[in-house]
Amino acid sequence: MSLTLEQVHRVAHLARIEISDGEAQNTLGQLNEIFSLIEEMQAVDTRGVEPMAHAQDVAQRLRADRVTESGQRDQRAAFQEIAPETEAGLYLVPKVIE
Amino acid sequence: MITDSLQALASALATRKVSSVELTRQYLERIARHNPQLNAFITVDEAASLTQASAADERLAKGEGGPLTGIPIAHKDIFCAQGWLTTCGSKMLNNFVSPYDAAVIARFKAAGAVLLGKTNMDEFAMGSSNETSFYGPVKNPWKADCVPGGSSGGSAAAVAAVLAPAATGTDTGGSIRQPAALCNLTGMKPTYGVVSRYGMIAFASSLDQAGPLAHSAADCALLLNAMAGFDERDSTSLERPREDYGKELAAAADDRPLAGLKIGLPAEFFDHGCSPDVMQLVEAAIAEYRKLGAETVAVNLPSMQLSVAAYYVIAPAEASSNLARFDGVRYGYRAPEYQDLNDMYSKSRAQGFGAEVKRRILIGTYVLSHGYYDAYYLQAQRIRRLIAMDFAKAFQQCDVILGPTSPSTAFKLGEKAADPVQMYLSDIYTIAVNLAGLPALSIPCGFAGGLPAGLQLIGDYFTESRLLNVAHRYQQASDWHLQRPAGFN
Repeated sequence: MSLTLEQVHRVAHLARIEISDGEAQNTLGQLNEIFSLIEEMQAVDTRGVEPMAHAQDVAQRLRADRVTESGQRDQRAAFQEIAPETEAGLYLVPKVIE
Repeated sequence: MITDSLQALASALATRKVSSVELTRQYLERIARHNPQLNAFITVDEAASLTQASAADERLAKGEGGPLTGIPIAHKDIFCAQGWLTTCGSKMLNNFVSPYDAAVIARFKAAGAVLLGKTNMDEFAMGSSNETSFYGPVKNPWKADCVPGGSSGGSAAAVAAVLAPAATGTDTGGSIRQPAALCNLTGMKPTYGVVSRYGMIAFASSLDQAGPLAHSAADCALLLNAMAGFDERDSTSLERPREDYGKELAAAADDRPLAGLKIGLPAEFFDHGCSPDVMQLVEAAIAEYRKLGAETVAVNLPSMQLSVAAYYVIAPAEASSNLARFDGVRYGYRAPEYQDLNDMYSKSRAQGFGAEVKRRILIGTYVLSHGYYDAYYLQAQRIRRLIAMDFAKAFQQCDVILGPTSPSTAFKLGEKAADPVQMYLSDIYTIAVNLAGLPALSIPCGFAGGLPAGLQLIGDYFTESRLLNVAHRYQQASDWHLQRPAGFN
């Protein structure tokens, strides 16, 4: 199979990466080469093989749902110090709701 | 002093022959002298390193030192370190001064090691040559027009040129082992889950694992002792009894220290694809292992040939999800101009990520999208299972698996940069190990045309100690790992 230019634009939109027509054209060629490598997989009969998501056959650990950290206010300040734009402990983004 | 083993450095520090401040200063001077040429470090903070060194000296003076107290260690710039710029090789994090320590950093701190600097790497660990770094490519100390490998290329170049006695790296598809091979180092990827991923910037979470890069297996054992251990902050960290990874190294050796060891030689590692000069060195190492008492058995890993294809579905899929967090809202790069929220995301990500990272996010987004999930993502996960089953079967016949680490010695800068598929195929021997989650290491096994080659040893789950011992016995009988590149005095 091979991708179309339209698919590249659609995937870039889903991934929230702005892409120009020229870049999309270039990317299309590269992705198709990569997918021709990936297509090797399709020749393998994997019926009855359980998909493997994780290297270890262990269950996800659970923990009690309670606050374990202290000094949240200081931590928040430390984390927001490196944010592009904050105000009164909140992260600022362009207006979403009119 | 500075070219000795970690053990020698530790005993010099313990007996006060040298102080941590003196030692750290020596390495900082070497970095100042040689880094402009190598580009192995992204961040060096002399004052911060020396402050840690003098704290280590106080601990040593009180007799409270451990095996790594006062030893300067360089860290791949993928590990968050409080107060240090942590870029992950990306423009996206060009302004990210981490507010917290990764588990690996915290563990080295607790051991009293000195943070010597943050090393260059492929952007978000996506690359096999260090050429995708926003901070420019790293040069191989063995040959300036060659790549050091990747993605932990800065760490490898720094240790190879003795700008640091040891360094950390991460390995998602070979990113510790391949640069170790290309720079004449010993580098280990532990079993998945042995080292905490907390604070290690995620690429492909089911494959990422941190490990050491150093000159010898003995050094790697000391480093792994500091790095390994359960951490509840990493949901895939494994609860296991504490282990001394160097425990088998101290045993007295006769001239056949590996008698009884069965080394599996997979046909798929020896079939084709590997350059003849590297293969010749691997064959010589096999002969050496037989002299050390090991016997070899033929094994098969028939699904391994599909590992690159499966990896380039699974790793990008996980990456596309992990890298969604870089949106210009909470940290990192935000585009200077935008219309609305979506435009801010799209422009910040378009401008903040480099070409290879964007390529992989697009692949990952595509294979996870509606209508393609079964054909790509689930099929890749099924093949992942087949690969793990191949290894399980092989380990019924042998104790360790041996082969080349990389199909060639270091390639030229620029040689594969424009051809992603060729670049991906340079990890053909390392990727299957990550998919299965097994431990593996690369050790120096000789030179071809003045460039080092690496021998890969793969073990069954949790056999790090044995792997390190198998490497160590070879290093006792050879001196490849003691060779240093010229021009870095």
